[in-house]
Amino acid sequence: MFYREAGQFKTSYKADQALMPILQDRIGLSVILVVAFVIIPAFANDFFLTSIMIPFLVFSLAAIGLNILTGYCGQLSLGTGAFMGVGAYAAYKLTTMFPDANVILMVLLSGVFSAAIGAIFGLPSLRIKGLYLAVTTLAAQFFLEWCFIRIGWLYNYNASGAIEVPHREVFGIVASGAEATPIVRYFIVLCITAGIAFLMANVLRGRIGRAWMMIRDMDIAAELMGIRPLQTKLMAFAVSSYICGVAGAMMVFFWLNAAEPSSYSISLSFQILFMVILGGLGSLSGAFMGAAFIWILPVFLKFIPGTLGIEIAAETVEHVTFMIVGALIIFFLIVEPHGFARLWQIAKQKLRVWPFPY
Amino acid sequence: MKTIMQLALGTAVALGVGLSGAMTTVAQAEDSNYVPLLTYRTGPFAASGIHIANGMHDYLKMLNERDGGIGGVKLELEECETGYNAQKGVECYEATKGKGALVYNPYSTGITLQLIPKAGVDKIPVLSMGYGLSAAADGSVFPWVFNVPDTYWDGASVVIKYIGEQEGGLENLKGKKIGYIFLDAGYGREPIPLLEQLAEKYGFELLQYPVGVKEMQNQSSQWLNVRRDRPDYMVMWGWGAMNPTAIKEAVKIRFPMNKFIGVWWSAGDDDAAAGGDGAKGYKAMNFSGVGSDFPALDDIKKHVVDAGLSSTDAGTIGGTLYNRGVLNSVIIAEGIRTAQELTGKKVITGEDMRMGLEALNLDEARLEELGLKGFAHPMKVTCEDHAGSHPVFIQEWDGKTWRQASGWIEPMTDLVRPMLEKAAAEYAEKNAPWPARTEPCPN
Repeated sequence: MFYREAGQFKTSYKADQALMPILQDRIGLSVILVVAFVIIPAFANDFFLTSIMIPFLVFSLAAIGLNILTGYCGQLSLGTGAFMGVGAYAAYKLTTMFPDANVILMVLLSGVFSAAIGAIFGLPSLRIKGLYLAVTTLAAQFFLEWCFIRIGWLYNYNASGAIEVPHREVFGIVASGAEATPIVRYFIVLCITAGIAFLMANVLRGRIGRAWMMIRDMDIAAELMGIRPLQTKLMAFAVSSYICGVAGAMMVFFWLNAAEPSSYSISLSFQILFMVILGGLGSLSGAFMGAAFIWILPVFLKFIPGTLGIEIAAETVEHVTFMIVGALIIFFLIVEPHGFARLWQIAKQKLRVWPFPY
Repeated sequence: MKTIMQLALGTAVALGVGLSGAMTTVAQAEDSNYVPLLTYRTGPFAASGIHIANGMHDYLKMLNERDGGIGGVKLELEECETGYNAQKGVECYEATKGKGALVYNPYSTGITLQLIPKAGVDKIPVLSMGYGLSAAADGSVFPWVFNVPDTYWDGASVVIKYIGEQEGGLENLKGKKIGYIFLDAGYGREPIPLLEQLAEKYGFELLQYPVGVKEMQNQSSQWLNVRRDRPDYMVMWGWGAMNPTAIKEAVKIRFPMNKFIGVWWSAGDDDAAAGGDGAKGYKAMNFSGVGSDFPALDDIKKHVVDAGLSSTDAGTIGGTLYNRGVLNSVIIAEGIRTAQELTGKKVITGEDMRMGLEALNLDEARLEELGLKGFAHPMKVTCEDHAGSHPVFIQEWDGKTWRQASGWIEPMTDLVRPMLEKAAAEYAEKNAPWPARTEPCPN
């Protein structure tokens, strides 16, 4: 009843092949965009923007990046954190080398470096698959982390060994550094994330995306049908690393302001991987839902007792949050192993036939 | 399906409550001073963090219970769990800064680095007591950051000075080998430039043994190298789980413990106790009192711990790290008191707090008044020097407790100060345009 496409006639091929052929989807997306671009900036406070929305968007973008590689192309990767780090260090080097250049441009450009590194570490994927590939990407994670610690040039030989984001202006507005207002940083992150997500939604339903999915579903069959595995797999690695790199650069430039090598450790890789698995492999909206679950839920749980006026020790809240989130992860994976994206799909189907299910 | 619906509904309600909480800033009582405490009682560094957190919390709580706060105004305390994680630390900062926070104590170099640029913008000082960015000691560049009583470079110079004393003079260090085992992060790497400079000056050889955060509990390869290199002395810059592991390994390879010296963060009671009887003789630097024989600590026991207002185990009062936390809170409390005197206000702001900390003068008489005679060396902050390079002493583990093993040793200020100023200038240059100091000097 709520989700019926009956009566929505398409009169041209263009309309039939649109990104969102169903009216309800278009309305839903418009509502989300209005909320993101108008309502949240108008009503949210600094804490909501800096501690919830900005990290959520950064992680969503990283999850999209990993989803392309793991969800769409079927190559398991544990090096996401390191690829994000490459983006962050590249953006830092770029902006310190060219202080007058537009910092947003530098962040977008930094992804190119992580794409190159990602493609290099993707080379073994031609010969090895599955868990074995995960091990080689794990090697990338450790090697790159070692570089962040050991190569002083990467952090401009700072005594602290960390990268600190300098003050940068874009069109006269402070975009990075401590003086950048949360609202400006939120808009930059939102625009980049929404832009890349839109671009990817189109790439994935086109020739390139279909080639990735063919490789994922059966690489020999794909090869026999004329898909070149080397180029396709490397492109998946490059595109995925590009997106992760941009997410990593945004993480330090528009969220944290400074990052130690440990910010890009293996635990970040796992965090992103869990977002992808929970959200749903091979789904863009799943990346957003997974990021929301892994990042936003613990923050809410942490601050709920305080707002309700219940006095609980800070560490108890932390432990309880750990347990609740852990239990929920297990619960959702048992109820729906294909993630939130699949749950949403089921919900849509139910809405469609309600109130007369067959 | 029904249960799922109920669960979804429940989650939605919970999220709604959380959302409304996050969206509305909590109105603050007008008659209290708000002090957020960023602490960590979970994660790999909890073993050290719990004692610090207890010490910080208990002293301020004791002031509330015994004196009704400071200057007749109660302190409102709130702990926020960071887990030593920089992301969570920033989250805690953002969540608490809007409530009128007076000062932040991040207890993590990573979080400190992220808060340093924000401090001047949000007008809330950062008190990183004996850690954080050494260069922040230059108050003319970092008006909002305080790292009394010492920087890591002060500490490194004291260690070398002490080793020189043991050898009968710094000139006898020539040809000696000094090993440096450190946490391979910003924290552990910071002293290296000074140690290298000292090595060149006095002709000793500096051997470095980095320990990655992931390998904190598995240092056998580092100590294998130590056994091969046979350094005459070992110096340690460790934290959390790294300390007890290093001491255990040192005992295992039978390294002479009286030649093994830790920084003030490697001075925990649990750290040394992990080595068992073999750890007897292990030394560490310290700048906060040894033992629980102080009237103020008795008051904490009476008003807070015995009254059940704290999660502290009474047996840990007087431990090195507990006392460190207490000293941190003493500096906060004295900062607030000084700020109240300077401004004449009872309820102060972050800007007033900055003035209070900058005018801090914790002299012998005041320490005695606080019931902490001999708990710390008298401390004074000036507008130029936010660390003060105060003297440090060496303590020794006797198998059960720490006891003071040396007098107060002055750092090599002549060597450290120019390095600090240079590092501060470099930081300002790298982070250009770094705001020039406009804050007036209260002294």
